[in-house]
Amino acid sequence: MTDATLASGLRRQPLALRFPSVLVFLAALGLFTIAVTILSDGLGLGVISTSFIKTLGKTLCLCLVALAMDLVWGYCGILSLGHMAFFGLGGYAIGMWLMYARTELIVIESLKAAPLPATPQEISDGIAGQIFGVVGASEFPPIWAFAHSLPLQLAAVVLVPGLLALVFGWLAFRSRVTGVYLSILTQAMTLALSLHLFQNDSGLRGNNGLSGLQNLPGLDDFPQSTVSLWFFWASAIALGLGYIICAWIVSGKFGSVIRAIRDDETRVRFLGYPVEGFKLFIFTLTAVLAGIAGALYYPQAGIINPAEMAPIASIYLAVWVAIGGRGRLYGAVIGAAFVSLLSTWFTGGQAPNINLGFYTIQWVDWWIVLLGFSFVAITLFAPKGIGGLVDIFIDRKSPNRFGADLGPDPGALREQEAEK
Amino acid sequence: MTTLLEVSGVSVSFDGFKAINNLSFQIAEKELRAVIGPNGAGKTTFMDIITGKTRPEEGRVIYGDRAISLLHMSESSIAQAGVGRKFQKPTVFEDQSVADNLLLALKKNRGPFSVLLFKASRDDQTRIEELASEIGLESALRRKAGELSHGQKQWLEIGMLLAQEPKLLLVDEPAAGMTPAEREHTTDILREAAKTRAVVVVEHDMEFVRRLDCRVSVLHEGSVLAEGSIDHVTQNQKVIEVYLGR
Repeated sequence: MTDATLASGLRRQPLALRFPSVLVFLAALGLFTIAVTILSDGLGLGVISTSFIKTLGKTLCLCLVALAMDLVWGYCGILSLGHMAFFGLGGYAIGMWLMYARTELIVIESLKAAPLPATPQEISDGIAGQIFGVVGASEFPPIWAFAHSLPLQLAAVVLVPGLLALVFGWLAFRSRVTGVYLSILTQAMTLALSLHLFQNDSGLRGNNGLSGLQNLPGLDDFPQSTVSLWFFWASAIALGLGYIICAWIVSGKFGSVIRAIRDDETRVRFLGYPVEGFKLFIFTLTAVLAGIAGALYYPQAGIINPAEMAPIASIYLAVWVAIGGRGRLYGAVIGAAFVSLLSTWFTGGQAPNINLGFYTIQWVDWWIVLLGFSFVAITLFAPKGIGGLVDIFIDRKSPNRFGADLGPDPGALREQEAEK
Repeated sequence: MTTLLEVSGVSVSFDGFKAINNLSFQIAEKELRAVIGPNGAGKTTFMDIITGKTRPEEGRVIYGDRAISLLHMSESSIAQAGVGRKFQKPTVFEDQSVADNLLLALKKNRGPFSVLLFKASRDDQTRIEELASEIGLESALRRKAGELSHGQKQWLEIGMLLAQEPKLLLVDEPAAGMTPAEREHTTDILREAAKTRAVVVVEHDMEFVRRLDCRVSVLHEGSVLAEGSIDHVTQNQKVIEVYLGR
């Protein structure tokens, strides 16, 4: 084997060469962002409404969390049903500051009319009363201690999901919980978290959640059409950076190790790799990515409540990645974008109902059934998902031997099959 | 010659069944050793104990010149200390290329962060090419391991073990499912490897063991029944009774 051909497999080359989809993806994302900006209400032609800009921005955030899911599930083999909980935690972290700061401005404004200048205590009580009146409380719970500070809450966006994943992952991986048991465990964590947040005394307004998040404190002069574009851009940048980070991780030796862990964990252990450490790294990193995605998503959604963190959300996330094609980064992005936009279309009442004469299929109710069937069909008939279509396009074939040896004699290679 | 591994008085039972019963075993630093025995003699369990997969109820496993006990170490730290293991079924990472498989096994820092920043040097490439030609896979470096034949996978796995540069190599039925020519090549690889390290080969096939031409330990019901040259053990009356006689 000549040095040149081997070098292309082993030496660290620029990321774009090792992982060509990075360039294609960034170019597509850039073009998309520019096109949407030009067509937007806020700056450009006004073809795309502000609410649809928000939908697109939210979709980009969902793509980012799908990327995280693909890294942890598609590459490392950990079917986590907790990543939408990390996503929600990121949303809560930023939502607390948004709600606090905005309420503070309103309270200060309303106290201006009073004959005496307001004391800090009065302002604080006023804010607490405004925010927590709905759950019958008038004092700040301890977890709001940092809500006044944007930098601290931004740190919480990363730290809260990261630490939760670190502790949870450490306990779970150290006890060698794997496979479906690990999925159940992560689902239990998600359920426990959402049930806790549903309680009024959880400190996060129970089932009311946090609302009014689309209004940025102090920036009332800017219309939503402009703010929505800011978030759209931020989401696009986050997705682009997330893609680069994930591609960098999976294209090197680290990616080789985590794929090996996915395929045969025991063997990796006997090679001397501390498997738990690798899993913990990926689990925590992807939780942080999910948290960041959530922190960008919820200001665009405007409201967050515990129902968003129910286990079903994480199951949807797994479905997106499966439909898009797991084990390939662009697959996760395609899956999340395609399915979530389609879901918006169907559940938004825009899809035409189908009249069968004896029964009318209303997609608002039947979409979930269609999604379920698509999931089953994809799993059975096209396990590579939508991303698998790219293989047809670039003419890449993987041998499907159903466990048998290649070739005419046991053990012989069938060249034309193996070469592609 | 100095002893590399000393297993003494080790016992393990599964649900009351004594898989390993007061087993003692020694191997020198540069030695090839075959371990034979009928099914259920405890051969695989013996390897599980050394590699940390199974914890014995009693006994000692002392390894290396610093005489460390392997009993409280994790599988990955035992592997890092220089114990390599080849499983009965060839387990290579089928989704990855032969070169990637060898690169994974290459002796390097195994921590997540150093792996994350790892860059293959020119020396690493050369080493991988050397290993590949040693196991006869130099033309298949870019091929996915899943596309290899059964025998080639076995060799790749042996190559991965050599890449780990272990001091002690445990090989479980390396010749299973191989053609006669492949067997011969395997014998050569193992004998070559044993010149620089200790190699323990667990095997069923007497012909293969005879070709290895080394000291043989016969396991029966979890302990060593006889030890010596192949001719010595095959003439042992007890061995004939439990193993060859049938």
